[in-house]
Amino acid sequence: MSAREAILSALRASRTEVVAAPAHPAPVKQGDPVVRFMESVKAVGGQAYRVADDAALAAGMAGLPVWSAQRRASLVPGIDGTVDLEAVADPHELADLDVAAIPGEVAVAENGAVWVKGESLGPHRAVFVIPEHLVLVVRAADVVNDMQEAYGRITLPRPGYGLFISGPSKTADIEQSLVIGAHGARSCAVFVVG
Amino acid sequence: MIHHHPEKAKLFVLDDERAHWHDKALWFMRVKRDRAAATVPEWEQLRTAAEGIKLHTLSRLADYLEEFERKATANGIQVHWARDGEEHNRIVHGILEKRGVKKMVKSKSMLTEECHLNPYLEARGIEVVDTDLGERIVQLAGEPPSHIVMPAIHRKKEEIGELFHEKLGTPKGLSDPTLLTERAREHLREKFLQAEAGLTGVNFGIAETGGFVVVTNEGNADMGTTLPPVHIASMGIEKVIPRLADLGVFLRLLARSATGQPVSSYTTHFHAPLPGGELHLVIVDNGRTEMLSEAHRRKALCCIRCGACLNTCPVYRRSGGYSYSYLIPGPIGSVLGPHRDLAGHASLPFASSLCGSCTDVCPVKVDLHHQLLALRQEAGEEKLLPFGKRMGMKLASFVMARPALFRAGGKVARWVLRVAPGLARVGPGAVWLRGRELPEPPAESFADLYDREMNGKPEVKP
Ligand code: SF4
Repeated sequence: MSAREAILSALRASRTEVVAAPAHPAPVKQGDPVVRFMESVKAVGGQAYRVADDAALAAGMAGLPVWSAQRRASLVPGIDGTVDLEAVADPHELADLDVAAIPGEVAVAENGAVWVKGESLGPHRAVFVIPEHLVLVVRAADVVNDMQEAYGRITLPRPGYGLFISGPSKTADIEQSLVIGAHGARSCAVFVVG
Repeated sequence: MIHHHPEKAKLFVLDDERAHWHDKALWFMRVKRDRAAATVPEWEQLRTAAEGIKLHTLSRLADYLEEFERKATANGIQVHWARDGEEHNRIVHGILEKRGVKKMVKSKSMLTEECHLNPYLEARGIEVVDTDLGERIVQLAGEPPSHIVMPAIHRKKEEIGELFHEKLGTPKGLSDPTLLTERAREHLREKFLQAEAGLTGVNFGIAETGGFVVVTNEGNADMGTTLPPVHIASMGIEKVIPRLADLGVFLRLLARSATGQPVSSYTTHFHAPLPGGELHLVIVDNGRTEMLSEAHRRKALCCIRCGACLNTCPVYRRSGGYSYSYLIPGPIGSVLGPHRDLAGHASLPFASSLCGSCTDVCPVKVDLHHQLLALRQEAGEEKLLPFGKRMGMKLASFVMARPALFRAGGKVARWVLRVAPGLARVGPGAVWLRGRELPEPPAESFADLYDREMNGKPEVKP
């Protein structure tokens, strides 16, 4: 008998009585989602900026100190970088990437998380974790209250890949001292457009 | 090796200053957890839902695993099944060998600890680098993790500085966490760039979509799965959940319970290999089906490994992770270990005050302290208690069954406490007084007080 059959038949042999799946609770809405989202981003160690439109976004990005670094990659339409990701054959070549700008699909007020779908990462998934700094761009209309609402918006498995990013990479493994910039981005700026 | 919790705990508390430091560090996490939980008005309903979803899934686990496998396969994920740790290790090694992998990076996975994967691969010439900072620290020190979320919680920054000085060449005496983390980042980045494969655990497998989720704060799982072309994920059979939307419930609970964060930094959903790469998923039983076959043990498999029950446990906080004979310490480990092998972990159900704090904080409502109590009874029935405890219990039940004797004993005890308190520190019971103040003896017993107060009054029926 294969391991698969052995495991499945052992599970079936136990004849556990089926327990019904419960309904999910309805979350209580707490204040204006965009305001709350911006607060949450700051609370998780990121920076949050609200801009009126795409022109203001471009100006805001230009004023961002990390966006003046040498090697910049942008996946945000209308924002130009200096590194052409399509021309990069191997993600290891991104090891010296300074900063990446990536569009997010959904933003979550309760925890500052931004859902980034696989397609938004371009040819190399590593682009969100390998650079020194990260810039995320979301639309105000895409801010939801909580994770339960967020999953109502996310469609899978179409992209095959996707993730929530909440603030910069961090660790507290040495005496619980919070250190920003463990393996991934050392800073995470989030622009809310609209 | 001593496998007796009190013996190891005794060693831990020898260093009084350290024991208090450890206690405080863990309590800090508990306080953060409370604060985070209080921001969610529907917290209790979420816990109930999370428990319900887990129990529902476990009651139909074979169906959900099949659905998960079918959809994962359709997504291009190669699914493997392993009955036990040995089979799991063989499968992982087979995948690596076929591709000539000599260097692998790994993110946190208690399952691979359970399977003893690292020594297995190292013996076959494969370098395995744990990439979670805490795990890397204990790996460099040649120790197992002492906590399931914060593996190096038992080490002080000066000790980590010393270790890094020795292994990673940091200046002697450097103990600043930011600078040490920076050195680890540099060291591990090199490992990430050299790795030919990455292995991760799995926080949740999703039957509906055939994908899985891995959660980290550091981004180590992400570095390890976006650079090397081969990704292997190891998953216990109990990790599957029915629907994608169920993650909304679990993820609202997990990080808040674990570290007091509203969510972890990276919550990555894998539903396909890297373009041109390979994604393998190893589904492991290793004793779980057996645990599932009994209703009273099943609930322990709802655990989502948040660590909250460790942080709150007065015994864990004051005895440290290495006092426990099972690889997962704290209340959940004291349930899982004995469920697997009661004789091998007979002292663990007693490593608890039965205060119930673990059960109260558990985001999936595992009935930890009830299980610990039941395991104590089992251990008693199986005659696994040490002689002293067995005799003590016998004596206690003899006395408690005889009210007159019990009252007389109480009188003697109060008299001794008043007249010659030092006497209480003599004999086998004195172990309870180690490091503790003696109580002020009350003037009268509760029974006396009750008799007096109730005198002449009608009997109160409960
Ligand atoms: S038993 Fe509950 S509290 Fe303990 S680690 Fe598991 S999920 Fe967390």
